[in-house]
Amino acid sequence: MSGIPHDHYEPKTNGEKWLNSRLPIVGLLYDTLMIPTPKNLNWWWIWGIVLAFCLALQIITGIVLVMHYTPHVDLAFASIEHIMRNVNGGHFIRYVHMNGASLFFVAVYIHMFRGLFYGSYKAPREITWIIGMLIYLMMMGTAFMGYVLPWGQMSFWGATVITGLFGAIPFVGEALQTWLLGGPAVDNATLNRFFSLHYLLPFIIAALVVVHIWAFHTTGNNNPTGVEVRRGSKDEAKKDTLPFWPYFVIKDLFALVVILVVFWAVVGYMPNYLGHPDNYIEANPLVTPAHIVPEWYFLPFYAILRAFTGEVWVVQFASFITGGIIDAKFFGVLAMFGAILAMALAPWLDTSSVRSGKYRPMFKWWFYLLIIDFFALMWLGAMPAEEPYATFSLIASAYWFAYFFVILPILGVIEKPLAQPETIEEDFNAHYGKADADATPAE
Amino acid sequence: MFKKLAIGAAFALALTPAASIAAGGGEQHIEDFAFSFEGPFGTWDQHQLQRGLQIYTEVCAACHGLRYVPLRDLKALGYSEEEVIAYAADNFEVFDPELDDFRPAIPTDHFPANNGVGAPDLSLMAKARAGFHGPYGLGINQLVKGMGGAEYIASLLDGYTGEEKEEAGTVLYENKAFPGGWISMAPPLSDEQVEFADGHPATVEAMSEDVSAFLMWAAEPKMMERKTAGFVGVIFLTVLSVLLYLVNKRLWAPHKSKLRNED
Repeated sequence: MSGIPHDHYEPKTNGEKWLNSRLPIVGLLYDTLMIPTPKNLNWWWIWGIVLAFCLALQIITGIVLVMHYTPHVDLAFASIEHIMRNVNGGHFIRYVHMNGASLFFVAVYIHMFRGLFYGSYKAPREITWIIGMLIYLMMMGTAFMGYVLPWGQMSFWGATVITGLFGAIPFVGEALQTWLLGGPAVDNATLNRFFSLHYLLPFIIAALVVVHIWAFHTTGNNNPTGVEVRRGSKDEAKKDTLPFWPYFVIKDLFALVVILVVFWAVVGYMPNYLGHPDNYIEANPLVTPAHIVPEWYFLPFYAILRAFTGEVWVVQFASFITGGIIDAKFFGVLAMFGAILAMALAPWLDTSSVRSGKYRPMFKWWFYLLIIDFFALMWLGAMPAEEPYATFSLIASAYWFAYFFVILPILGVIEKPLAQPETIEEDFNAHYGKADADATPAE
Repeated sequence: MFKKLAIGAAFALALTPAASIAAGGGEQHIEDFAFSFEGPFGTWDQHQLQRGLQIYTEVCAACHGLRYVPLRDLKALGYSEEEVIAYAADNFEVFDPELDDFRPAIPTDHFPANNGVGAPDLSLMAKARAGFHGPYGLGINQLVKGMGGAEYIASLLDGYTGEEKEEAGTVLYENKAFPGGWISMAPPLSDEQVEFADGHPATVEAMSEDVSAFLMWAAEPKMMERKTAGFVGVIFLTVLSVLLYLVNKRLWAPHKSKLRNED
């Protein structure tokens, strides 16, 4: 593995040498765990560990829940109540799994916006970023299908609405939707395949996580200055970095446990706060809920989906030049997926040579506006589709696209960046003072 | 610092449940009852739950079922094994496929479903309705007041104005708590309808509160276990985080001279 120069694993005993010449697994683990990490990483860099924890938590609680769950339209809802009432500790495991999905998305959004601010997506880390976006897409698929499994009203109608998006694709849409659902409507076949895929996808995510980690272990971590670690020699690299174990493992674990205090309080005292009461009503194809609302983590993109109605001139224009093939519904679907694609394309849309937003005086403000825009979209996604929310949604959606396709490319050209530190060491020492190995650590 | 606070606040805002936002609006009036089970340390009032069970059995059960609630769980209300057996046998009959006939219920049965007049099952009603949605539909008040499912039920039972109207052959009754203001359920409770063994007053308001507490228990029988696990977990994790904080500080100290020299 290339990357920052550092000490590698050397087998010492005969046993170690025997194993290492046959399967160098200890060396692989050692190099992974001892990776030189920029020592100036701030607290925004802890969310990767939180995400890894979430994946493990969801897989473990999920495997236990599957032991008691029945994927059948007549039995699914009752089997959840069986878990809640009869299975030992089942109520708590289910609430952890439910709220674990929310923690997962809180973490992934902070992790992504951290990358967007500090320019972690820029060369040479484009592959890490793209793999991350794939993981995010898979997470959305997994969470969506998981929400269908309890077979409540929101499960059923959410599935109906979201699979309907595929029906909006011209020519093949209807056939595709039927193929996805396994029939003309959301029914037992749909529930069974969603159950199967909900179990499968997390393991594909786990594999992608390995690739994600592999990629940034090759390029090295980004850091708050965006300045690269010096790689001339081991000694030079050591001035900029500290090994991941123990320095960052302990730091990240501390942050993780603080986050878990909040998480545990939510699970223990308000486990249904982020859920929808309608999902405690068994699915009924004959009764449509008054408002069909997705889970909070889908709301920003749901708002973009709904923003482009037939009254918007862009939509009318698109419909006119394609001879009606792109109608309002399909345009909305394209916009929603386009909003995610825009993020994935960030490495090539951002023209600035400076990585970190800390040294980009204009970029900063557009970025903060993007954060506000994200929350505004989240709020709008939960509002009914009527004025004034429709207009607000359109403006907020427009900004989302403008940020990636207009602002990022232009800023790189017109912006005059601030002076960056020469090295990570310089930045670190300015904050924390020089390392002094002789001094006794004070409390 | 302010920036961090602002981001934190924005997140808190963003995490308000979609439910509460979407279901907002309307002129529903939900009373904020002070139930004993509310808050981190609130517990069930067993006498209230027993009164609630009595109201359910004598009034609600005529039309509504509790199909997901096992009768054996009634021991959690402070009844003995014998009392549960007697209660099941005296009040409910269930269809037994082996006998191909009805027989008196036993504790391992569930409360029967009741689809007679199309009234909804009440097993999960206290979790399937949210009482509070404010302010401005953001649902932040749920952080303080809770979801308010039990409050919704109590407000509904006590929310009849006495007005009625007929629409398409159905009589509708005006109700302050029901979305839209008109409900097809006739006022189920009246003063002194139930006689409690403990002599507790049986006004409509008192009974509304009692039966709502019972339905909250029926919907979330493990609430106390959940809160205990939450409390133990929070304490454990807090202690662990302090220890990790100290380890982390000590670990990094040799690399951060400002931690030592500057003060």
